[in-house]
Amino acid sequence: MGIVQIIVVIAILLLLVKPAGTYLYHVFSNEPNKTDRIFGGVERGIFKLSGLNKREGMSWKTYALSFLSTNIVLVAFGYIVLRLQAGLPLNPNGINQMEQTLTFNTVISFITNTNLQHYSGETGLSYFSQMAVITMLMFTSAASGFSVAVAFVRGITGRATLGNFFEDFVKSIVRVFLPLALIITLVLVGLQVPQTLKPTIQITTMDGQIQQIATGPVASLESIKHLGTNGGGFFGANSAHPFENPSPLTNVIEILSMWTLPAALPYMYGLFAKNKRQGWGIFAAMMTLFVLLLSLNYYAESSGNPAINSMGIDVSQGSMEGKEVRFGIPQSALFTTVTTAATTGSVNNMHDTQTPLGSITPLALMMLNNVFGGKGVGLVNMLMYAILAVFLCGLMVGRTPEFLGRKIEAREMKLIAVAILIHPLIILVPTAASFLTDLGQGAISNPGNHGLTQVLYEYVSSAANNGSGFEGLADNTTFWNMMTGVIMLLGRYVSIIALLAVAGSLLRKQPVPETIGTFRTDNGLFTGILIATVLIIGALTFLPVVVLGPIAEHLTLR
Amino acid sequence: MSTVQKKKLLTGPMMRSAVKDSFVKLNPVTLMKNPVMFVVEIGTFIVLMMVLLPGYFHASEAIGFNITVFVILLVTVLFANFAEALAEGRGKAQADSLKKTKQDISANKVAGGSIKIVASSELRKGDIVVVSQGELIPGDGEVIEGLASVDESAITGESAPVIKEAGGDFNSVTGGTRVVSDEIKVRITSDPGESFLDRMISLVEGAKRQKTPNEIALNTLLISLTIIFMIVVVTLRPIAAYLDVDLEIPVLIALLVCLIPTTIGGLLSAIGIAGMDRVTQFNVLAMSGKAVEAAGDINTMILDKTGTITFGNRMASEFVPVGKETEEDVAVWAALSSLKDETPEGRSVIELVKKLGYSYDAGLASGAEFIEFRAETRMSGMDLSDGHKVRKGAVDSVKRWVASQGGIIPDNLDQHSNIIAGKGGTPLAVAVDNRIYGLIYLKDTVKPGMKERFEELRKMGIKTIMCTGDNPLTAATIAAEAGVDGFIAESTPENKIEVIRSEQKEGKLVAMTGDGTNDAPALAQADVGLAMNSGTTAAKEAANMFDLDSDPSKIIEVVAIGKQLLMTRGALTTFSIANDIAKYFAIIPAMFTLAIPEMEVLNIMGLGSPSSAIISALIFNAIIIPLLIPLAMRGVSYKPMSSTRLLRRNIFIYGFGGVAVPFLGIKLIDMVVSLWI
Repeated sequence: MGIVQIIVVIAILLLLVKPAGTYLYHVFSNEPNKTDRIFGGVERGIFKLSGLNKREGMSWKTYALSFLSTNIVLVAFGYIVLRLQAGLPLNPNGINQMEQTLTFNTVISFITNTNLQHYSGETGLSYFSQMAVITMLMFTSAASGFSVAVAFVRGITGRATLGNFFEDFVKSIVRVFLPLALIITLVLVGLQVPQTLKPTIQITTMDGQIQQIATGPVASLESIKHLGTNGGGFFGANSAHPFENPSPLTNVIEILSMWTLPAALPYMYGLFAKNKRQGWGIFAAMMTLFVLLLSLNYYAESSGNPAINSMGIDVSQGSMEGKEVRFGIPQSALFTTVTTAATTGSVNNMHDTQTPLGSITPLALMMLNNVFGGKGVGLVNMLMYAILAVFLCGLMVGRTPEFLGRKIEAREMKLIAVAILIHPLIILVPTAASFLTDLGQGAISNPGNHGLTQVLYEYVSSAANNGSGFEGLADNTTFWNMMTGVIMLLGRYVSIIALLAVAGSLLRKQPVPETIGTFRTDNGLFTGILIATVLIIGALTFLPVVVLGPIAEHLTLR
Repeated sequence: MSTVQKKKLLTGPMMRSAVKDSFVKLNPVTLMKNPVMFVVEIGTFIVLMMVLLPGYFHASEAIGFNITVFVILLVTVLFANFAEALAEGRGKAQADSLKKTKQDISANKVAGGSIKIVASSELRKGDIVVVSQGELIPGDGEVIEGLASVDESAITGESAPVIKEAGGDFNSVTGGTRVVSDEIKVRITSDPGESFLDRMISLVEGAKRQKTPNEIALNTLLISLTIIFMIVVVTLRPIAAYLDVDLEIPVLIALLVCLIPTTIGGLLSAIGIAGMDRVTQFNVLAMSGKAVEAAGDINTMILDKTGTITFGNRMASEFVPVGKETEEDVAVWAALSSLKDETPEGRSVIELVKKLGYSYDAGLASGAEFIEFRAETRMSGMDLSDGHKVRKGAVDSVKRWVASQGGIIPDNLDQHSNIIAGKGGTPLAVAVDNRIYGLIYLKDTVKPGMKERFEELRKMGIKTIMCTGDNPLTAATIAAEAGVDGFIAESTPENKIEVIRSEQKEGKLVAMTGDGTNDAPALAQADVGLAMNSGTTAAKEAANMFDLDSDPSKIIEVVAIGKQLLMTRGALTTFSIANDIAKYFAIIPAMFTLAIPEMEVLNIMGLGSPSSAIISALIFNAIIIPLLIPLAMRGVSYKPMSSTRLLRRNIFIYGFGGVAVPFLGIKLIDMVVSLWI
């Protein structure tokens, strides 16, 4: 029965990929189409207001600079609001200003689409901050990532230019995120998710105690939280909280709303490449890795904890510690896999209490950071691996490597080298550094292999801009706020800029015509090569730490 | 080609000098150019320090293990150096034989009105020298006066002398070659140290070998993989220390060396040098590795018809009777006229007669007088001993000759000769005394095997364009016969450049061959320009390769060699990286088993002990380098086929092979090693 639930969700996703991908292509191809009639007016208004009348194509440098400067402005705004929230309106619960390093961590966390939360929403943020900073950054960071991905795709598929960042940014919000968020919000409200500006509800429980029940504009945040693959919850318990995610149905809606756009991007890429098979090839590689890791998590969680099993306790339900009864193993396993694949980072169950083997799934997906991935970055990373695969194996057809008719040469390889280096660098070095200091070690709540996983998970989640917490780590300290803040920045911007440069460099190249002697990247063989490249170069790097963490924990459980 | 025997892959002295060089190359300054191996050398040095100063590193207990690791690491670096030295050695051997040609010779320099004898090293550009029969030409230059036959075997290996004369496309001479008849005046065109021979020596020596663009890109990737694995290994120690798992430095170095791509890192430059060398073995000199790489990428090949696709000389293909004569009569008389005619045309007539099955009385020729072809008469033939005079030659000339003897010209002679001319052929009339029997249809014939070659090229995705000065009709006939993809009739050298430019505008890489001065701009424009050694200096300067045997159809082999070079590089890279999977499974459990005994489950290969597992993985990592040297030098086997089939085949061999071989190899080595450890 559990597997059926999972298969149904995957089937719905498969049905959504083509229409969603086609829609995205229409939005970003900048060719006249039907959606102009609905959104054209609003957009023209925004363009006119912002003086963006020409909207010329940009060089990669201008594109990257526009992207960076927009993000800097948004960060500055967010920082000021959070520091001053105590005196700003819409603060019915009288929440204080946020501490400096926590504010630093929080704004970076949201602008980088990570949504690592070292605060708890109920007690740390006013309603105004939730809406003007958190929800606003959820839209803008997702739109930023989306724009970059589209620019990258334009570059490698040989469009005239990378496009105009501001135009892409506005279009992503107006044509993609706002309308979808509106629909999902209404659906969620219909399914009992609260949406209110009233303060905390105070009730008297049956045994006469007074209890505060936190509420607020939850549905609106919830929708963009998943659509923008952000993941930062309104409440500390995130999507496990009954107000954020009341039923299995809302659970499926949340899964699909974070998964559909990333899954549709490969299809959109296929349309840009004028060869849908290119897109499906990338999609197939992502889906294969996804199903493999989902199966691992589902299998491990259903089998339960071997130590508890050996005590003779009934484990027919699997390992339910830290899971919501209303979701069960299948809906929890699927949510965990999707949220770490799509780098959303929302959680509907406690990753810290998953079985050791099961916890490999979220870790591995974030280490790879290219299985669907969030806000376009996943597609860009997977395409980077595709270029790498072409470079490694393309020589074997007796030609110097070319991808989509463009030669991959030293300059591209240098930039790609930066992008593949940065990920292990910003995960392994800080992990090692944390174990060398008391500041780092002090936060660990379960020493031993599990503690190792806690620390590793925190950095992996930051580096992949995922933001899900393994939890169990006392991470609201200056040390952790600063460390993870810097890592989120590096994880987001270094690879994005390097890969935009790759796109810019490929765009300038004279395309090589395709012949029978050309290395094909649109068939099953290439999908296989791509998966192998991702596993050997992307995954094996982390094998030693994973062996010391979850695998050693599993082997020593008794 | 007769004197150029296939050189043996390896010889004794070559091996000895390569062994010596592999130690010389241990010098860190030189090794730094190969970052992957440099990292191994640093690791070797660290382990050496631990062996020498065990007290300081608290490594006294593990001294036996450390010594073993040190030796294997050292051998790994030596193996990689050996591969490179060996590849370089083959080039050096060839350069040495060329250097013998380059001795200081005396030159007869024309100074004012007199001739002065100077050393060839004193000659400068623009000097004029006289070279007589039996003398060596003192430097590269152009013949400005006279005609001589020159023996160029020192450079080309071709023993038959070639004619060099002033003006035209056969005026360039090369220093070190010998004049075997007559006397020529030569204007020197290069300063000492820059001559053709000097360049050739430095080319085959690989002295100025620069990394090719693809090598640079691949190196970047190898370096970044090396850095990634360094991060993995360096961070592992503190992380493991948190779990009280103490990782010894030699073990970490062993893990690092196994993971970084040492196999391809060690063989990369050898592959490049060997690829150049394969081109040289083929008597083609490439000016740079870049040119060989570009050859693999060629999309379009522009080939001259004459000499490349066809023999160039016209061959008899048909006998056409005129008037009331029969084909047999034409054939028999044509044969008799050609019995002593040693020109290719003459020989082809005899061959055609035999092929058609006609017989003639060769006895008639005994005592006959052979009349040679002369420009004035434009006929050749025999005056037979029985008094008959047999002639074949240009139709007009034969007509005049027959008419002068009172013969009658058959009505349909002109008609048939026009038909032949219209098809691009050459008609030769055959006459005996005052009677014209018919015509020999001389046709340019396609070299055997060309059609198959073009078919192969098509499978590689290469388009062929034939260039010819012929009229469109003739061109179309030959094009269809040879099976080329396109042709340009009545082409001029300017046409060639236009075609090259228009193909390049579409992003295609173009290869062409040429020899004349007017080919030079096109040769320079093409991505791969193959000049003929017999060609002019200008053509050779413009090209990025030249063929010492002057066989233009070799461009096809050059492309295959270029592809093979790239494939070898790709195959070994894939193999090297795929090896990592097995190495992880050998070393990771071994590293942790002491502290976490449950890790034994991960020892899926069932290796004897942690130490033997690490040693075995290291040994495998080292010996795979020399085992792959023959493959790196020879290149992977290549048959033209579509890229998808090619890829599937190579992925199967080098990808899956790369995963499976180390599992097997490490297990086998471990079975031996665990006898001791």
